Amino acid sequence: MVLPGLAASPAQADFALNMRQGVTPISREIYDLHMIILWICVAIGALVFGAMFYSIVRHRRSKGAVAAKFHESTLVEVIWTLVPSLILVAMAIPATRTLIAMEDTSDPDLTIQVTGYQWKWHYRYLDDEVSFFSLLATPSDQIKNRSPKGENYLLEVDEPLVLPIRKKIRFLLGSNDVIHAWWVPDLGWKRDAIPGFINESWTWIEEPGTYRGQCAELCGRDHGFMPIVVEAKTEEEYRQWVESRKVAQRSEQALAEQEWGLEQLVERGEDVYNKICAACHQPGGVGIPNVFPALKGSPVATGPVDAHIEIVMKGKQGTAMQAFADQLSDLDIAAVISYERNAFGNDSGDMVQPAQIKSAR
Amino acid sequence: MTESVHAHADEKPPGLWRWVVTTNHKDIGTLYLLFALLMFFIGGSMSMVIRTELFQPGLQFTDPLFFNQMTTMHALVMIFGAVMPAFVGLANWQIPLMIGAPDMAFPRMNNWSFWILPFAFSMLLSTLFMPGGAPAGGWTMYPPLVLMTGDAFPYLIFSIHLMGLSSLMGAINIIVTILNMRTPDMNLMKMPLFVWTWLVTAFLLIAAMPVLAGVVTMLLTDRFFGSSFFNAAGGGDPVMFQHIFWFFGHPEVYIMILPAFGVVSTIIPTFARKPLFGYASMVYATASIAFLSFIVWAHHMFTVGMPLAAELFFMYSTMLIAVPTGVKIFNWVSTMWRGSMTFETPMLWAISFVVLFTIGGFSGLMLAITPADFQYQDTYFVVAHFHYVLVTGSVFGIFGAVYYWLPKWTGNMYNERLGKIHFWCSIVFSNLLYFPQHFLGLAGMPRRVPDYAIQFTDWNQVSSIGGIGFGLTQLIFVYIVFQTIRSGSKAPARVWDGAIGLEWSVPSPAPYHTFQEPPKLAEGELQHEGT
Amino acid sequence: MSSATERYYLPHNSYWPILGSIGLCALFVGFARLLTGANIGSTLMIFGGLIMVLMLVGWFGTVIRESQSGSYNQQVGRSYRWGMCWFIFSEVMFFGAFFAALFYARVLSVPWLGGEGGEASTHLFLWPDFIAAWPLLQLPDASQFSVAKAPMEAAGIPALNTLILLSSAATVTWAHWALKAERRRQLIVGLILTVSLGLLFLALQAYEYRHAFTELNLSIGSGIYGTTFIMLTGFHGLHVTVGAIMLMVVLGRSLAGHFTPLGHFAFEASAWYWHFVDVVWLLLFTFVYWL
Ligand code: HEA
Ligand code: HEA
Ligand code: HEC
Ligand code: CUA
Ligand SMILES: [Cu+2]
Repeated sequence: MVLPGLAASPAQADFALNMRQGVTPISREIYDLHMIILWICVAIGALVFGAMFYSIVRHRRSKGAVAAKFHESTLVEVIWTLVPSLILVAMAIPATRTLIAMEDTSDPDLTIQVTGYQWKWHYRYLDDEVSFFSLLATPSDQIKNRSPKGENYLLEVDEPLVLPIRKKIRFLLGSNDVIHAWWVPDLGWKRDAIPGFINESWTWIEEPGTYRGQCAELCGRDHGFMPIVVEAKTEEEYRQWVESRKVAQRSEQALAEQEWGLEQLVERGEDVYNKICAACHQPGGVGIPNVFPALKGSPVATGPVDAHIEIVMKGKQGTAMQAFADQLSDLDIAAVISYERNAFGNDSGDMVQPAQIKSAR
Repeated sequence: MTESVHAHADEKPPGLWRWVVTTNHKDIGTLYLLFALLMFFIGGSMSMVIRTELFQPGLQFTDPLFFNQMTTMHALVMIFGAVMPAFVGLANWQIPLMIGAPDMAFPRMNNWSFWILPFAFSMLLSTLFMPGGAPAGGWTMYPPLVLMTGDAFPYLIFSIHLMGLSSLMGAINIIVTILNMRTPDMNLMKMPLFVWTWLVTAFLLIAAMPVLAGVVTMLLTDRFFGSSFFNAAGGGDPVMFQHIFWFFGHPEVYIMILPAFGVVSTIIPTFARKPLFGYASMVYATASIAFLSFIVWAHHMFTVGMPLAAELFFMYSTMLIAVPTGVKIFNWVSTMWRGSMTFETPMLWAISFVVLFTIGGFSGLMLAITPADFQYQDTYFVVAHFHYVLVTGSVFGIFGAVYYWLPKWTGNMYNERLGKIHFWCSIVFSNLLYFPQHFLGLAGMPRRVPDYAIQFTDWNQVSSIGGIGFGLTQLIFVYIVFQTIRSGSKAPARVWDGAIGLEWSVPSPAPYHTFQEPPKLAEGELQHEGT
Repeated sequence: MSSATERYYLPHNSYWPILGSIGLCALFVGFARLLTGANIGSTLMIFGGLIMVLMLVGWFGTVIRESQSGSYNQQVGRSYRWGMCWFIFSEVMFFGAFFAALFYARVLSVPWLGGEGGEASTHLFLWPDFIAAWPLLQLPDASQFSVAKAPMEAAGIPALNTLILLSSAATVTWAHWALKAERRRQLIVGLILTVSLGLLFLALQAYEYRHAFTELNLSIGSGIYGTTFIMLTGFHGLHVTVGAIMLMVVLGRSLAGHFTPLGHFAFEASAWYWHFVDVVWLLLFTFVYWL
């Protein structure tokens, strides 16, 4: 039952039985490598199992078979040591070639710094002052089976990574907390994002399209919920996108200069909270006992405001609570703190202005 | 001490106490085997939680954190609680019988090796009820994630220390027994292959377990004493953990397969009624696999960003393992070739081992191809690979061994019909369970996730159905074992007509004490020599 | 072959192992409770420790009695020797893990953080101010650590300690010759010398640790240099302690007139262990202190 399964796999790629060919020259090479080894294995398997089943059918006592006496033969033993070795050499040559090509990150056209966070990705375009977080966009109602699941269930984000096609793009992969791995199958590789170190990798996308992937290294509770979406655009569209991003970032900065009212802050803070904090502290601020503290009625969220600002900005070493100072804008930090102090029945009436955060930096 | 050497009459204290204080290798072997069975069920129940959750996309029953706890504990319990103790149990029962020794070399230490385990696993399993839950960072315990474990953390580390100590003492005992307790007629190249593979395995254990103990100690100090082994801010590196861990971890996987190779090398000649083909090359292949297993560790870490030269080295060395393993496969096929085969249950397990282990080996070889592994790594393709080698490899090997020797242990024949039912259900369900996982992995489903994109639904459902089926099938096995212990037709000394070896020269059930005088090897008493 | 006394000695039921398991379990659970801040942690640890001592004394006492009563034949002796060899081999692998960590840090991770070996981006983007050096005093990010002021010098106490351990290797060999030649006085003098040298070594190391903690501010929390320094020398010191205890027992047994030129496994085992500890020290001295 097993062999037909293997053999059928390439023909029925549509049924998601086989590896994806992908959209880069490297991913195609890898696909070819995969198919070569697969077929070699199938062939060897057919030979070995064939011989074995022949013998099982023919050399059974119920058919009157009498056992032969032989129990060694240096010649055949040498042969079946050498032949597999040669087959392995034949596999190693193309593999080596592809590997060398993959490791060559020199002369990129643009560079993107990717940083893993529990549980989201941060992208920074080093050549243009553009950076943003990219989070799971699937509503939790779908995850909890309360509403029907969308087509790209779990593989959709709020802000995709936009890339130009036909450019050599270099990735610098790092992490802010634990090890993650950045993987888009259509690009042909995954690479670990390791805290304290930076790994390099590159790609060259052939055609425009949307390519989806996921974090591929266990990184805690929501490891399964940190997808990656790459939107590959033509050079022109890509430039347009970069410019619009820059404009948006500037108007965001202007907002932070204003004095804000409590209601506005709380409203904005609720968005930030649900997007970023609720992954751990849970909607409604109830937390998970002994893992993530509840913010509802928490001494920090109801006590002195400075301590609250401190933990949100600096985080807590050695725990999942990260330093959000570098992740969020002054405005967002102010907003989320204001929200936490007024939501979940913590009705303190406190309010934190963006300027306060700015001076706390 | 007044216990004279003559007092070997069966003095067994009454009741359960006997099992606590026993120094008899047969008692201890039984304890190990029963303990392994219990752990197999506990670990298996956890995998049932995993498979039920994965039956459909969306979160059904578990919180993602609890799911990760199940994955982690499932693996730790299966590896350290089920497969390894089962093999040690087989070694305890069989090695003295096969080499004509009166017992293990250190009978008291033998008792201790076993009796550490229940304590170690109570500690490990108790973490399920601790604040913050059980460890959830994967059985590979990569920092920094594992350092975020709750109160369970030190219990995880210490239970691993205890398991390590137990395996270490067990291994020293086995190695010394084999080297020093053989009946004088049996030189090394006359030892049965099961004994040979265990000799090599014991060596792997002694070399690998202390490294695991060392590296988890580093985790402990990083968490509690401010050391910076795995923290770049202090000059360390999280990847350093992975190197040291896998230096243990890869030999560990061969620790779990070599004794199964030995079992298969024992069963096939018996039922083919033909000496094992290529005895010497089997021995050399086992030794080469053991040697190679120490220089391939980083194939688990191709994606961490190693220098190119290292990636190439580990790719080549890993591929090389296919050669000695191939030699074994070919030798088994040649042993069957022109034999006079019958297909009792142990033989069925052995044959299925050859086929399914090879399939697992093939996917292992594919994983060894570094560029391709960049796609496969951390997907269900890897999960499929290691369950083929571990479940349809190691566990099937254990099943085969149990059916093969159970009549010797209990004096009763198991029910052949039920045995065959157990076998065929296992074959069908295990392939239903694991084969689709290849497709899932290739199509892009990551491992260690409680939820998945909808295109993966179909194969996950097949796999879950297979999983539940495979789990229920194992209830038959338990029934068979206990039925055989309590009743069944009486087994003769030489249970199988093709069985050769010292263990068949003693009555069934094997008396409490055997070979108090070193036996003489009669003509044709060695399986591989041919008659 | 057939005479009964030549049979392999098989002990009967024994309570020591289960006692040992209970002791170990109490010890570890106590330690874990201590670390997680739960109650009765230290009490449990002490309780477990006492059981372990009781178990070891009882178990080894039984073995010694069996040995003295002539229950063991040569084959048993060979088993014990093999057992000890493999045990020492496992210890070698244990130390190997920590040496591996040391070399990994020195040869790979620290230079990488400093920008070598294709890790320019790591340096540039994450640790631009970090300069790789060994011994590592300036850390990539010192905020989490207590930075050491200076490395431990090789000259001085460590060099003296090397000399002490090397001499103790000589004295234990000298004692062994004496044992084989049945010169009991020399045997005892040799053992006393060896044990004293071992204790002197430990005293000096304790002094050195104090110097490290108080004056150099060098501790396990001073970054990877301090980490490897303390873990390696600490585990070594622990092994010297165990070795010294073993030799003390052997000394006591020699005084009690145990051991014959042909049967003195306990002596040999302790001596082997002592040599092993010695060799580890030489490696330590070379790679931790000197180079
Ligand atoms: C019993 C356990 C066992 C065994 C025997 C093996 C055997 C092998 N394994 Fe496997 N492996 C695991 C248990 C095991 N593995 C586990 C548990 C993991 C995952 C750990 C984790 O991450 O949690 C893993 C993961 C794993 C990886 C890492 C995957 C990843 O995470 O990206 C790799 C990569 O190289 C690998 C390779 C191999 C190879 C090459 C063999 C070889 O030994 C196989 C050799 C056998 C054959 C090849 C078949 C027979 C040979 C012939 C018929 C001869 C002719 C053949 C040819 C010339 C092709 N294994
Ligand atoms: C020897 C080791 C071993 C064994 C025997 C098994 C056996 C099984 N394993 Fe496991 N597994 C691992 C070692 C092993 N596994 C390892 C190392 C990992 C990686 C962990 C990690 O990522 O860190 C893993 C991970 C792993 C995963 C991936 C989890 C993830 O990535 O999130 C899955 C998913 O399907 C799985 C399933 C199973 C199943 C269904 C069985 C079945 O074969 C079990 C069958 C047995 C029983 C079911 C018990 C007996 C029956 C009963 C208790 C009766 C009652 C039963 C019912 C209610 C039906 N295992
Ligand atoms: C990855 C998980 C995670 C995320 C995301 C996260 N936190 Fe936390 N948070 C924690 C953990 C864990 C702690 C407990 C730290 C400790 O042990 O003291 C914590 C503690 C806190 C506390 C102190 C609560 C108390 O009573 O001690 C506040 C306030 C807080 N977080 C606010 C936030 C805000 C605001 C955000 C989003 C901008 C956020 N957290 C996002 C994990 C997280
Ligand atoms: Cu991030 Cu998994
Ligand atoms: Cu491996």
